[in-house]
Amino acid sequence: MTAVSDRQKLAYLAGQAADARVNVELETEGMVLNIGPQHPATHGTLRIVARLDGEQVVQAEPIMGYMHRGYEKLTEVRTYAQITALINRIDWVGSFANEVPFILAAERLMGIEAPPRAQWIRTILFEMGRMANIILFLGDMGIQVGALTPMFYAFRDREFILNQIEAVTGGRFHPNFDRIGGLKDDLPKGWIEDSHTAMAKVREICDIMEDVLLGAEIFEARTRGVGVIPPDVAMQFGLSGANARASGIDWDLRRDTDVGLPYGQVDWKVWTHPDGDSFARYWVRLQETREASLIVDQLLDTIPSGPVMAKVPRIIKVPEGEAYVATENPLGEMGFYVVSKGDLNPFRVKIKTASFNNLSITPWLLRGVYVPDIITILGSLYFILGDLDR
Amino acid sequence: MSSSDTPDTDVTEAEAVEVDELREGVVARLREVLGDGVVEHHIVPNCDVWIRIRPDAWQAAASSVRYTLGARQFGFLSAIDWQPSPWRRYMDSEVDKAVHGDEPKPLPEMTTGYAGGETRFQVFARVANIIEHWGVTLKVDAGDTDPAVDTWTKVYAGADWHERETWEMFGVRFEGHPFLRNIYLPSGFEGNPLRKDYPLLSRFTKPWPGIVDVEPMPGTDEEPSSEEGA
Repeated sequence: MTAVSDRQKLAYLAGQAADARVNVELETEGMVLNIGPQHPATHGTLRIVARLDGEQVVQAEPIMGYMHRGYEKLTEVRTYAQITALINRIDWVGSFANEVPFILAAERLMGIEAPPRAQWIRTILFEMGRMANIILFLGDMGIQVGALTPMFYAFRDREFILNQIEAVTGGRFHPNFDRIGGLKDDLPKGWIEDSHTAMAKVREICDIMEDVLLGAEIFEARTRGVGVIPPDVAMQFGLSGANARASGIDWDLRRDTDVGLPYGQVDWKVWTHPDGDSFARYWVRLQETREASLIVDQLLDTIPSGPVMAKVPRIIKVPEGEAYVATENPLGEMGFYVVSKGDLNPFRVKIKTASFNNLSITPWLLRGVYVPDIITILGSLYFILGDLDR
Repeated sequence: MSSSDTPDTDVTEAEAVEVDELREGVVARLREVLGDGVVEHHIVPNCDVWIRIRPDAWQAAASSVRYTLGARQFGFLSAIDWQPSPWRRYMDSEVDKAVHGDEPKPLPEMTTGYAGGETRFQVFARVANIIEHWGVTLKVDAGDTDPAVDTWTKVYAGADWHERETWEMFGVRFEGHPFLRNIYLPSGFEGNPLRKDYPLLSRFTKPWPGIVDVEPMPGTDEEPSSEEGA
């Protein structure tokens, strides 16, 4: 227990020191800067109230809830099939990746396992969702620091992925394709060849982004050493996904947990970066996109034949029990804690989203930074408002 | 018949003796530190573990799992209201009638989930050890009428926002939290929306969206049968 209070004391002293540093040179009057709720850097409606001293932030407080849709309450009155349609809307750019952890949790409670072909297609679509999501970030981060060109490249090449998702599921944003026990449909004819082409395009845009942004002096000057998160702090706040890996935490749920998806059958690696700054977060996400395209390429070549749906009852009643399944979603760890009482609807669903944890570090992180760096840090943490407010 | 019975019993025995050493070890180590602070545990072998903590040991449990057991990755913190909803599912949808019949059943007794529980409100949290690759769900009884537990913010700084969310959604007070205030809801909001006795107000103003409203085809008198929708 002494270790705890010492740590708290140190954190308090660090805060006092930051305050002292801000105030030491000029005795200036504070100012409150309101960013949002409608601001391009917030990807939706997030408001940030920053107390400034000159150019530096003394205290910043994100205010959210403008988009809270009450999914946890709604899941208590809806059937499992209806919930799949709801949770598509949590992280709307990662689309398909939202459905997977919930379906896997329900399958674990029911003791059903989807056939191998369904698991393979699930993983392929999951990774495509990741690419569609992160390519948007790769372009968007450029815009946050003043580079317009990457955004156009990103939106152009993201279409190749969305077309592939649309060809299978019929939906570009909300596929609603995953079912308890498998998938709604099999792949269309000729899709595998087209996907190989799309994956080559993804690697191409990764190369473009590397040339256009990572090598640019201005980009490095704006992101290097900005918003540094030490690994211990990252874990305390529960940061996950690329944000954690950019702080040197070697943790990827795709590799470290076994939920039935065939990541073990593929040769791939987890990318980490020791720096923990905004640049590292961009770099890790860029490498992850390229890695995801390689994963999909391998899965497309080894996809097994067979049915895509296991035998499930027509009316789905999930047996009594509790299950927590988390997967490595584009934004980080997304988990569904499902409590069932053996009824048509879950008794309680706790939706653990990545953005909530990732953003909860901002009051700590924004303290003492300069105003333009607020935008860089928020952009590099990369949250989706639907994922934050749910 | 005996020949077919024997393999069955073998299978059940094999399942019964299946021991998850990693998660048994987690529970044993936590018992060593907390003593009788650990009330109950539940293990699903090679999958997951739930541990229920005594309310007065809740904060000590946090520092034990973080510093002694090395579960340094904070996951989430939330609560459950175990009371059955008096509103049920607003049972007016077709699928409910197919399963339950037209007459609503009487309210079931309050039951709790894995690792047990004694009170209506339970707070639960998830932490993970990213080196040994396990996660654990810790639970604690919070009380029936005026639920309250100790805060975790002194150990996991990230618990701050999660406790604020739990406070506004369930009305669970966190003793020692630096500044409990609403995070999603406007500050003047009355009630705790995720409590089971809080109605889903849109259900009283709009009809149930699950009802399939299919008009019969012109020229046919029959209603479309409910079997076709499958």
